[in-house]
Amino acid sequence: MNNIVVLPLFIPLILGVSLFFIRNHIRLQQWIAALAALATLAASLMLMGQISSEGIQVLHMGGWEAPYGIPLVADMLAAILVAVASIVTFACLLFAFHFIGEERKNYYVYPLMLILLCGVNGSFLTGDIFNLFVFFEVMLLSSYVLLSLGGGRVQLRETVKYIVINIVASSLFVIAIAYLYSITGTLNLAHIAERVAENGQNGLTTTVSLLLLTVFGLKAGLFLFFWLPGSYSAPSAPIAALFAALLTKVGVYVIIRMFTLIFNHQPQITHTIILWLAALTMILGAIGAIAYWRIKQILAYNVVVSVGFILFGVGVATDASLAGSVFYLVHDMIAKALIFILGGAVVFVAGTDRLREISGLIRYRPILGWLFFLSALALAGVPPLSGFIGKFLILQGGVQAEHYIMAAISLLTSLMVLYSVIKIFINSFWGESLLSEGEQKSSARGTLLPGFLLAALVVGLGLGADIFMPYVDQAVEPLVNPRIYIDAVLS
Amino acid sequence: MEILMTIVAGTLFTSGVYLILSKTLLRIIMGLSLFTHGVHIMLMSINGLKRGAAPLLEEQAASYTDPVPQALILTSIVISFSLTAFSLVLAYRTYKEHGTDDVERLRGQDHE
Repeated sequence: MNNIVVLPLFIPLILGVSLFFIRNHIRLQQWIAALAALATLAASLMLMGQISSEGIQVLHMGGWEAPYGIPLVADMLAAILVAVASIVTFACLLFAFHFIGEERKNYYVYPLMLILLCGVNGSFLTGDIFNLFVFFEVMLLSSYVLLSLGGGRVQLRETVKYIVINIVASSLFVIAIAYLYSITGTLNLAHIAERVAENGQNGLTTTVSLLLLTVFGLKAGLFLFFWLPGSYSAPSAPIAALFAALLTKVGVYVIIRMFTLIFNHQPQITHTIILWLAALTMILGAIGAIAYWRIKQILAYNVVVSVGFILFGVGVATDASLAGSVFYLVHDMIAKALIFILGGAVVFVAGTDRLREISGLIRYRPILGWLFFLSALALAGVPPLSGFIGKFLILQGGVQAEHYIMAAISLLTSLMVLYSVIKIFINSFWGESLLSEGEQKSSARGTLLPGFLLAALVVGLGLGADIFMPYVDQAVEPLVNPRIYIDAVLS
Repeated sequence: MEILMTIVAGTLFTSGVYLILSKTLLRIIMGLSLFTHGVHIMLMSINGLKRGAAPLLEEQAASYTDPVPQALILTSIVISFSLTAFSLVLAYRTYKEHGTDDVERLRGQDHE
């Protein structure tokens, strides 16, 4: 029992709700929201420290012991992701302070961002599959509102599509939970895993696992990503950065959790399907990223490619590839937030997101330009930066397990990703300047602080990988050996 | 009894899917609503309906109904209720802004 486990949910929820009551005090709202993100970060760092010395931390809510009550389970993977989610939310909040217009500030954008963080953290930490559904809905409901906030024509149109797809996916999720409950008779993840291991993963269980894969494939953008580019390019830049960094990653996390903890007995079926879906996702996403000439679309397709890449490591499911997936997941949350913030700033400065109409920004915005260049290199995985280590480990695992075609596809798509982001850099920063200083729509100063914060993390994770790796290794242990997780919850 | 309820759930699913595939926003929301009702009925019947006693556990109860699916349905109903409310407001606002509730005319990814 450890009460710190509940803090990453409790802090953003309570402070987020309290912000609803001080609607007219925008300044105060900003202070409290930033403080809440920092406090969540502090709590999750404390949690990480405890896990690294004492192992997996479990909190049985209300004192009901494991198979009966709802536990919160913080293993190292969940704790790392909670910490990164808090950092990313903090950066997006800083960006939003300078960037978001009055019409959104007055309509609860900060409390909604905090409640989104609560839903995300809850999905990471919960140890109960129905509770996972509830936290998913907390996250999705605030994302619906954030997506439609401001009420632009495009936003409303995209929210309609997004909401329909997510309601159908959530209904399928409940159906899958119902099947799983009727097969195993329990909702606790560790208990389900134990029962599936005891009774063997028969055809029925595998079918349910594929239904779950469909559900989370929809939410994570694994192959079923047709909704993603539209809805990620509709909202204003800070919201888009938050979505790109957090929403799909929660789906990815749940796929990792389900297919390492519970459905790991028939890898020749489930993991092969994950591998092929990952390969298709990478190829289609990379084609999309190359094909478009609009910044928002290109970045949205980059989100798709990285989901495919992380799940390639999950499909291979060796020590090295899982470590790579975890590392790349952490890197990708930070790097996607960074590039969406910088891309949003470019669009804001230039007043358009059509690449052919932007040119020569580097004369007026040199720091923004070089930050963008840095994050482009990080996305592609150029060595000293954080993307490299994750990609290296995933590829190492893939080659060791003799998935040569997949490894080739992922290398090729990395090149295509590099091309697509460098295309943005060259077209928008080089060349004749089309704007005179007076014509600039705004200064991009508000982006620099969160930009520097996230860029420092990208560089730091790359250079300081030695310091970070023990945590990743500890996060991978329960993924490779689910017994550790099960014993920690049920004992 | 379970077979009957399964057929009811199946009917709700099919009519829900049919409505979701239609072109009017309001019909789509009705379809989503029917679809989630189908899910709830299925969730209810999946663990057996007539067990011969209330879902209350006594010491050495001979028969009892499993209370967990009912708790799940309650939660799920509340969530789908709030989602329906939100999507109705959203559909109304979309209709006001776009001047149409025909999804064929809400297509594409072109912005502006």
